[in-house]
Amino acid sequence: MIHMKDVYKTYANGVTALNGINIDIDQGEFVYIVGPSGAGKSTFIKLMYREVKPTQGSIVINNTDMSDLKEKKVPFLRRNIGVIFQDFKLLPKLSVYENVAFALEVIEESPRNIRKRVMDVLELVGLKNKARFIPDELSGGEQQRVSIARAIVNHPKIVIADEPTGNLDPDTSWGIMQVFEEINSKGTTIIMATHSKHIVNTIKKRVIAVEDGLIVRDEHRGEYGYEA
Amino acid sequence: MKLRTAKRHFREGIKNIFRNGWMTVASVGAVTTTLILVGAFLALMLNLNQMADNIEDDVEIKVLIDLTANETQIKSLGEQIKKIDEVDTVSFSSKEEELENLIESMGEEGKSWKLFKQDNPLNHAYIVKATDPLDTVDIADKIKDFDAVQEVSYGKDVVQKLFQFNEYARTIGLVLIVGLVFTAIFLISNTIKITIMARSKEIGIMKLVGATNGFIRWPFFIEGMLLGVLGAIIPIAIIISGYYYLENTLSKQISFSFVEILPFNPFAWQLSLIILAIGAFIGMWGSIMSVRKFLKV
Repeated sequence: MIHMKDVYKTYANGVTALNGINIDIDQGEFVYIVGPSGAGKSTFIKLMYREVKPTQGSIVINNTDMSDLKEKKVPFLRRNIGVIFQDFKLLPKLSVYENVAFALEVIEESPRNIRKRVMDVLELVGLKNKARFIPDELSGGEQQRVSIARAIVNHPKIVIADEPTGNLDPDTSWGIMQVFEEINSKGTTIIMATHSKHIVNTIKKRVIAVEDGLIVRDEHRGEYGYEA
Repeated sequence: MKLRTAKRHFREGIKNIFRNGWMTVASVGAVTTTLILVGAFLALMLNLNQMADNIEDDVEIKVLIDLTANETQIKSLGEQIKKIDEVDTVSFSSKEEELENLIESMGEEGKSWKLFKQDNPLNHAYIVKATDPLDTVDIADKIKDFDAVQEVSYGKDVVQKLFQFNEYARTIGLVLIVGLVFTAIFLISNTIKITIMARSKEIGIMKLVGATNGFIRWPFFIEGMLLGVLGAIIPIAIIISGYYYLENTLSKQISFSFVEILPFNPFAWQLSLIILAIGAFIGMWGSIMSVRKFLKV
């Protein structure tokens, strides 16, 4: 599903984010990425949906070799990957409904299906009654849930989440984790960067710890391992 | 692209017009101002050009035939003139006709000239017109050397100056119009660029969610076209009403009777269509060029 071999990334400004990453993640896995801020977690995640290109090394996602992936094909790769961004990345002038529907319009889904699936997923994240609001009218936690809804609405094979519970109160966080477990149980791969010791230690999954651009720990049913 | 996606792009393009509120107003304003200028200038230039053409078409060469020439000589002179390549039409005007014309052109005073009908002192003449009025001078020079020609007249000095003037006027007009249209393109696409720059982040987000470049571009394309069309409304209204008023006023003013502007129908409509096309084209072009930069995510 996701294979990375000797992946290095040095940004144009000279900052080295990744220093030789080797990883294999199989279809249907649930993986936490942990590690201190600035350790390279976000870069590691961004490589998977090609927001960032590696300086060196090979990445294969869904049997597609990213190094010879043509620019034109990138959107099609991204459609199989639902991304929950740390800064949400919602379209500011579109309503909650339109934001989520966008992911389906892109794949030319029929209007009837779009309606149904968007309303279903909004119900799942508890925002059905705010479908007509624009992002600015929502709280941070609600915006995050819109971002989650958009990421999972077209049933992608992989869901990548960069601190999806960072802005949520504990109750909502558990609600979101339930959503993740549910779609994971249907075979979706979940990759989640998090700083929540509580979540990692309670819902036990594979834990990959990144420090200074290297994977320092990779355990199944692992612990958070840092002082929160 | 599926039909429903085409519909979606169209819908989004229209929605964006409203979503971007003041930015839309700014873009439409820029289009409106420039198109008013372009329209007014085009109307002026095309009319001046038309007037110049009319005046040039009126230029003719009068070949006065020698009084002693007999019928065959007159005929062969006519043949000779016709053979000149640049000549369009040659018509014979007898001295009686010449006198009639003269009397008519003199108005009241001309009546006394009727006395000459008994003993007409005028010459028979050939009236020659050039295919291209600019060749008039050359033709006149050739005819001068033929037999049985007494005199060739075409208002030499005036004609040469007129042609020169018309040529300058046309060149300057063309340069100004091209310059103006380019300025318009530059101004409008810059304004549109600013409105799109404000949305560069949004374009990036769309790409991260899996939209192809085409999917992102289409609504912008339609939005740009609509901006151009909206911006053309006021200029077209001004052109149509202004031209209508101008034509009416001029036709009532006797002192301007020599000014013959292009008729309202179809000229005002044609000009409106041109303005609309320029607006739509510049709008599309401006937005496509501006979006292009932000698609590399």
